[in-house]
Amino acid sequence: MAGITITGIGKRFGATVVLRDVSLTVEPGEFVALVGPSGCGKTTLMRIIAGIETADSGDITIGGRAVTRLPPAERDVAMVFQSYALYPHLTVRENIAVPLAMRRLSAVQRLPVLGGLLPGARARRRAIASEVERAAAPLGLAPLLDRRPMELSGGQRQRVALARAIVRRPAAFLMDEPLSNLDAALRVQTRREIVEIHRAAGVATLYVTHDQAEALTMADKVAVMMDGALLQISSPEAIYADPASLQVATFIGSPRINMLAATADAEGRVDVAGLPVGLRAQAHSALTLALRPEALRLAQEGLPVIAEHLEFLGDGLLLHARHAPDGAAVIARLEPEAREKVQPGAALRLGFAPERALLFGADGKRVAARADARLVTA
Amino acid sequence: MRQRSQLAGEAIAGALMTLPAGIAYLLLLLLPTLATVLLAFSDYELGAPVLGWIGLDNFREMLADRGFGVSVRNTLIYVGLVTPASILGGLGLALLVEAGARGRALFRAVFFLPVVSLTVAMAAAWQYLLHPTIGPVNAALRAMGLGTPFWLSSSDTVLLSLAAIGTWESIGFNMVLFMAGLTAIPRELYAAAQVDGARSAFDRFRLVTWPLLGPTTLFVLTISMIRSLRVFDTVAVLTQGGPNKASEVLLFTMYQQGFTYLRLGYSAAITLVFLAVVLALMWVQTRVLDRRVHYA
Repeated sequence: MAGITITGIGKRFGATVVLRDVSLTVEPGEFVALVGPSGCGKTTLMRIIAGIETADSGDITIGGRAVTRLPPAERDVAMVFQSYALYPHLTVRENIAVPLAMRRLSAVQRLPVLGGLLPGARARRRAIASEVERAAAPLGLAPLLDRRPMELSGGQRQRVALARAIVRRPAAFLMDEPLSNLDAALRVQTRREIVEIHRAAGVATLYVTHDQAEALTMADKVAVMMDGALLQISSPEAIYADPASLQVATFIGSPRINMLAATADAEGRVDVAGLPVGLRAQAHSALTLALRPEALRLAQEGLPVIAEHLEFLGDGLLLHARHAPDGAAVIARLEPEAREKVQPGAALRLGFAPERALLFGADGKRVAARADARLVTA
Repeated sequence: MRQRSQLAGEAIAGALMTLPAGIAYLLLLLLPTLATVLLAFSDYELGAPVLGWIGLDNFREMLADRGFGVSVRNTLIYVGLVTPASILGGLGLALLVEAGARGRALFRAVFFLPVVSLTVAMAAAWQYLLHPTIGPVNAALRAMGLGTPFWLSSSDTVLLSLAAIGTWESIGFNMVLFMAGLTAIPRELYAAAQVDGARSAFDRFRLVTWPLLGPTTLFVLTISMIRSLRVFDTVAVLTQGGPNKASEVLLFTMYQQGFTYLRLGYSAAITLVFLAVVLALMWVQTRVLDRRVHYA
């Protein structure tokens, strides 16, 4: 089995637990985004997979080989760093050639002039040169090969870092927030380029980011990490629509998911501040009902809210309101035509389809709920 | 109109504020240098009522003077020993101290101590250490059954001994400069080098540390050469240029000519040669090497 498999990775720095029992599989050819807030341990996990950092416990398999105790050079991974980590004294051509030269040439053969005169070195150097050009061309780096990193823009440096990663055809790519130093426009463009590179190479890719939009748009599978633990690993669609916990639900999605206190009575009927919402669940006194902003719409019946202010987005409106009974903030994404109806201060009702509501228990875990056909509300 | 007077006012204020520094520069650096240049073409002797212009005679005498030739040769040997030893030693120490888990501040202080201590006082300590009969160095050699050279009083070993002292003096300074250079190297480059296949510490040194230390090394090289070119204190205290001119160096010759024989004109000419060498070194640094170690 190829790809990346990690099992039971634990890591602590002194008394601080950074990673707790993290297990994750990236299938060959799969693109997995590891997303989480800053400081959640995702970069540490990536450095452990690369071998730059050692884990306290757990095992790592890359490309079918157990690599837990191997140095980075022997793990057959390539890594793209947030700062690009290009060698400033080398040209683009030499930077891309480093992973090949370090592996195929001996220390003496790597010497600047003398090395080229040694038997065998010339043929190997030629092979390396042509592979470098083949890796650089699709990224548009051909005209820049003889420049130094300082003479390149951020986006160009980013592409050199990508070329350096793909030139060796490793068993796995590791990317550590590769887009966070780019401006917004370039980020969207490079996002697509990375996905294309991944597709062309067909290599297991683990992509670390704190930007949930990046994770959702690029990945086949999203792994959400918080406080050193993986909370959920699913497809982007499932992460968004079917989160396993309140933490995942609030971290993914922008604007943030709405949360309202709810209860389920002895018969399992769920209501929010006395208003039945058309759901049944196990009896529970402290539930959280979570609703994506786009699940809400203006209606005759539903959650009573007081409109506070409006944000015009072009293709829609964001209504910021307060839930009338308890003052909880509610954000609804409305059609632009709703503008006249929702003056600030107006008392409104927001309805929703019961199957789009998510229920969470007091521990933040998802609570099973089903739409109740007998109840007609909202 | 108002804007223009404002600009002029600003310019005047600026000029006024640089005036103290300007005056100090003029009085303390520029005028003495100019005086030296003028004196170099004269036969002025300290206390003499008159001074005669003798053109290039001082320089002609210098070329013919065997003593001066020996002095230049000794200085070059000294620089040739101290510069590489103190640079390689400083770099080695910096790498060791940086790699160590603890005691960084302690080691830095220990190795930097010679730099801040008074050379003349330290020279006395070295005189004792290297004393042929009562010195600990020779005592140790004797205990190991090895020969006991007359470190500072034999013409075979005197330059070597002075170079060792000179290296000891500047190794800590170079180490601190290299340590500063090392901290400026981004950690991620080492991580990248590891992933790229740099297995051994030496591979990583060659791929990352050495090239990225380029600007530091160049600076250290220039500073070390100029510092060792200026060697004077240890020679004046320990050997007086002896035995038999075996440790006569450029600045000591200049000092003797100027303040023992009072031949200020000739002494100024030697100073001028010294100045030319230092300027040439700095020119090489800024013009030639700088371009090859800064990767902009």
